[in-house]
Amino acid sequence: MEGSGLSLQRQRQRTTNRAAAVFLAPVMILLVIFIFYPILDTFITSGYKWNGISADKEFIGVLNWVALVQDGKFWVAFRNNLVIMVLSISVQIPIGLALATFLDFGGKKLNVYKVLWFIPLLMSSVAIGFLFTYALATNGGIVSTISGWFGGGKIDLLGNPKLALLTVIAVICWQFTPFYMVYFMAAYTNIPFDVFEAARIDGATKGQYFWKIALPLLVPSMKSAAILSMVGSLKYFDLIYVMTGGGPGTSTELMATYMYKQSFKTFNMGYGSAVAGGMFILITMVSLITMKLLNGRKEV
Amino acid sequence: MDEIKRGKIKSIISWTIAFILATFYVLVSVLPFIFMVINSFKERFEMLVKGVFELPDSLNLSNFTGVLTGGFWNYFKNSVIVLAISLALLLMISACASYPLARFKFKLANPLYALIVACMSIPLHITLIPVFKMAQKTHMYDTIWALIGPYVAFGIPISVFILTSFMKSIPREIEESAEIDGCNKYMMFTRIMLPLSKAGLSTLAIYNGVNMWNEFSFAYTLTQSIENRTLPLAVWEFQGQYSMNTPMIMAVLTLSVLPMIIMFIFFQDKLVKGMTAGAIKG
Repeated sequence: MEGSGLSLQRQRQRTTNRAAAVFLAPVMILLVIFIFYPILDTFITSGYKWNGISADKEFIGVLNWVALVQDGKFWVAFRNNLVIMVLSISVQIPIGLALATFLDFGGKKLNVYKVLWFIPLLMSSVAIGFLFTYALATNGGIVSTISGWFGGGKIDLLGNPKLALLTVIAVICWQFTPFYMVYFMAAYTNIPFDVFEAARIDGATKGQYFWKIALPLLVPSMKSAAILSMVGSLKYFDLIYVMTGGGPGTSTELMATYMYKQSFKTFNMGYGSAVAGGMFILITMVSLITMKLLNGRKEV
Repeated sequence: MDEIKRGKIKSIISWTIAFILATFYVLVSVLPFIFMVINSFKERFEMLVKGVFELPDSLNLSNFTGVLTGGFWNYFKNSVIVLAISLALLLMISACASYPLARFKFKLANPLYALIVACMSIPLHITLIPVFKMAQKTHMYDTIWALIGPYVAFGIPISVFILTSFMKSIPREIEESAEIDGCNKYMMFTRIMLPLSKAGLSTLAIYNGVNMWNEFSFAYTLTQSIENRTLPLAVWEFQGQYSMNTPMIMAVLTLSVLPMIIMFIFFQDKLVKGMTAGAIKG
């Protein structure tokens, strides 16, 4: 009796395993074909000198990687990614939080604001890139026009190497701030109403409620928002590729735009693979470090 | 008494400042949009002669008709086909994968879940060259079919992540009674879990749908000819053709944003919730 019970259990586990394999197979196959194998293949290709078209591939070992480490342009690109990351986090999250707070304190009657603020998020990065190439043009652009109203001259934002990166970051913030607004609005609804009510009964003003009660409760949400923004900034591509293509010079070059241009414009697929690999390693490292730091602070 | 009065004045002042800032930010977020729409109705040289923010002389629709007869529908059609197939596939296989991860007890459940979810932070650029090579080898390069695989694969991690936690929140009682009635795991999935996951699936459909609709990197790399490109690239092609004709470009942009605006008008709350699904569930 006992023996057959055990084998029944084993049989059950076997059918469970089989069902799990059937259910998981399609997802795993697609991940292997389109993510795991490509990652491996990128690292393999980075060992070759190859233009992507011809059959002659020359194995050159780690030479692409040596070149990458010494490639000033790549490190400029990485630095630009870091600048975008830091400025994105320090602009989008506070403004997003401020907008959400305004909507949360004001109630339903402020819905118009919410709708209008959300508009940038409806456009694709590519469309935004094109729109702002024209909207920020030196002639007939928005900023130049407004500067003209106040008697100022025309302003060339994207053509100036010193201003181009900041301009592009401003556009990125324009696009994603509504995302963080919605994000923090959801975080606000997670604060139990009792907490707010208790604070009111104790005579706290809205300002006190925000600084002393809501803000500390929102810290975990701000941390995950920062991680989201960080990972996004390091992968950034579409908008900048469309707006500046990395220029003028290398002033808005990013790891992803550099990788794309190396691989598909100058057809250095071997070196492009090394750039992609370097990008992958750096993103993984920065993510792990940041997550450790953010979680570490929580425990203190 | 005095204290309350002072508090009231303080509150009025701070609300006034808040409204001024809020209205300023409305201007910031809407101005580029107004710029786009107003100028899309202008004639080619009207924009150069007049100010950027002046209303057009007449409601000139020639830019729009020019765009619509210039191959816009083809881009639109390609986008719709890619979106429909990729989305259906993605939702189906993600639901399949999430079911055992949420419910079954087997050794690999946790490692597999961690592996799938970890893929979320992988930059797509590391797969770009190999996927490009694969598309060429399978002769799918420069067809819309090449886009489906990568679109589905890159939607998997977040979809499995959200659906697994969604399915975990469904009460077990229904399944238990179904099991007593002799329902096997496959029937359980199609008859019980799938219908009960509708809300999660619709959120995911919006989230992934918006991403696929706007996707640029793969579409730009894996297609080449005008007749095989998707909507985000339409702007690109039109810009090559009409680079000096700003109102024309504004018309293309306006038309390409229109589907999203219509969605937003009709399904505001759902769309907002769907678009931020990844972040909020995380």
